[in-house]
Amino acid sequence: MALFNRLLPKFITTFKARGIASLAALPETHQLLQKTCRDFAEGELKPIAAKIDREHLYPKEQIKKMGELGLMAVAVPEELGGTGLDYVAYAIAMEEISRGCASCGVIMSVNNSLYLGPLQQFGNKEQKEKYIRPFTDGSKVGCFALSEPGNGSDAGAASTTAMLTGSSYLLNGTKSWITNGYESEASVVFATTDKALKHKGISAIIVPKPTAGLDLGKKEDKLGIRGSSTCSLIFEDCKVPKENLLGEPGMGFKIAMMTLDAGRIGIASQALGIAQASLEVAVEYATKRLAFGKP
Amino acid sequence: MARVLVGVKRVIDYAVKIRVKPDKTGVVTDGVKHSMNPFDEIAVEEAVRMKEKKIASEIIAVSCGPTQSQEVLRTALAMGVDKGIHVEISGKDYDTLQPIHVSKILAKIAEKEKADFIIVGKQAIDDDSNQTAQMTAAILDWPQATFASKIEKGDKDITVTREVDGGLETIKCKIPAVISADLRLNEPRYATLPNIMKAKKKPIAKMTPKDLGVDVAPRIKVVSVEDPPVRQAGVILPDVDALVGKLKEGGFA
Repeated sequence: MALFNRLLPKFITTFKARGIASLAALPETHQLLQKTCRDFAEGELKPIAAKIDREHLYPKEQIKKMGELGLMAVAVPEELGGTGLDYVAYAIAMEEISRGCASCGVIMSVNNSLYLGPLQQFGNKEQKEKYIRPFTDGSKVGCFALSEPGNGSDAGAASTTAMLTGSSYLLNGTKSWITNGYESEASVVFATTDKALKHKGISAIIVPKPTAGLDLGKKEDKLGIRGSSTCSLIFEDCKVPKENLLGEPGMGFKIAMMTLDAGRIGIASQALGIAQASLEVAVEYATKRLAFGKP
Repeated sequence: MARVLVGVKRVIDYAVKIRVKPDKTGVVTDGVKHSMNPFDEIAVEEAVRMKEKKIASEIIAVSCGPTQSQEVLRTALAMGVDKGIHVEISGKDYDTLQPIHVSKILAKIAEKEKADFIIVGKQAIDDDSNQTAQMTAAILDWPQATFASKIEKGDKDITVTREVDGGLETIKCKIPAVISADLRLNEPRYATLPNIMKAKKKPIAKMTPKDLGVDVAPRIKVVSVEDPPVRQAGVILPDVDALVGKLKEGGFA
C-alpha cells in the first residue's frame, strides 16, 4: 500500500485546491488526459483490437505510440523519462485504453504497475537508470514473474531458487503465466534465496532478457486478451549479477505484495474499461436489432 | 522566424445531438459536451508544425468567450502552443457575438503581438459562418489564403493550395497573411501526457474587448431558432414522363 499512498498525495492536494463543488469533476489535466486516451483508443486501438485478438498479434506499433504519449510510465517521475502524473491519472488512462483494446490495456498495466512500480519503489540509482529509463517510451516493456506452476495464490511457496555464488545469483526453476513474457526485455523475478526463512527468504531479482540460462515456454492459447503474450520463464542455471538484487535479500515477498496492491488498481481500471465498451456495444445492438417488429 | 496567432473557438462537440431550446432563442448548451472546433484543431496543428520546422518562433492561441473558453486554450497549449489569450465575453454579449466582432479583436491582438500569420479554422461548426478569416484580413489589409489544404513557406511569401469548388487553386501570398484551415491540411496530433503536464505551466492572459477598444454591441437580433422541417416521404413515380409532369406541376421545369 505504501506505493499507492506515496502516489496519492499529489492528487489529494489538487483536489483540496478545487473545493467540494468539483468533487465530481476531474482536474483539468486529467480531463485532457482522458480526452487524449479516449481519442487514441477510438482511433488507433478499437479498429485493430479484434484482429490482434484473433491472430494473437503483439501490438508493437501501438505500444510504441502509447509510449510516445507517455502512457507506458504514467507515474514514473519526469527525471527518469516518465510522465510524472498520479495514480488517478493512471487509472483514467487504463480505463480509456482498455475500452479500446484490452490487450493493450494489460500490456500497459503490467509495464506500469508490476514492472516499473517495484523498480521505482525499491530500485537503487543504477538500477533505476538501467531498468526504468529505457522502459518508459514504449520501445521496451518489462514483466513480473511471481507465479509458478505450483503456486499462484500461495505466493509464499516460491520454488524457484536463486543461489548466491560469488558475484552472481544462479537461478533455477520455472515461472508460469507471465504476462508480457515473450516481448519483455527485463523481468522482476521472485526467487527463494533462503529456504529456511520461508516467505521471508524470497528475494526480488531483476533479470534482463534475453539472457543465458533463460528459456521461454510456448505462448499460452488464451480465450481472450490474446494480443498480450502469456508464457513460462524457465531458468536453468541462469546467471545474474548480484547487483541486480532489488531491495534487500528476503524483501521479495513484501515487494511482491506491495506491487500487486498497486497493480490491482490498474487491472480494476482495465476491467472497468472493458465493461464500459461491452455495455456500449450491447446497448447499440439492443437499440437497433428488431425483434417482433420493435428494437 | 514568424510569430503565429491561432484563433480557437469553444463549440458544442461534433458528436453531440443538438437540441433547440423550447423558447426558440437558441440551442441547449447547458451541461452539453463542448470541445475545440475541429477546423481550429487543424489550425493549431499547422502552427505547431511550423514551430517544429523552425518557421515559427512563438505561437499564441486566442479564444473569445466565457470562462469555459479557457478549456479550449488549455487543449491548444497541450498541443504545443506557447501561450494563450482569453478575451472574456459572456452572457448576452456572447449570445450575439459575430465574426465581425471576433475579426476586430483578432486584428487588434495581431497588431499588439506583432503576428506574421493568423491561422484560424475555415468555419465554426456551430454557426458555419466562414467569415472570420476573410474579415480579419480585410481589417488588417493583409492577404488572405482561405480553405488551405497545403502551406509552403518561401523566403518572403507563402504558397498556399486552396480547396475550392472547381478543384485546387494555388496562390502566393506576401507575409503577413491570414490563413483559414480546411479539413485536409493536416491530421491533428494527440496531446501527449508530458505535453499536458507542460501546458499547466504555460500562461493564459486575460482581457476584455474593452481593453482592446472593440465594441461588441450586437449587429443582429436572433428572431427565432427552429429545428429543420421533418423530411417528408417521397413518391415513387412509374416513369420519366410522370417525373417531368410532376416537375412541371411544381413549377420547376
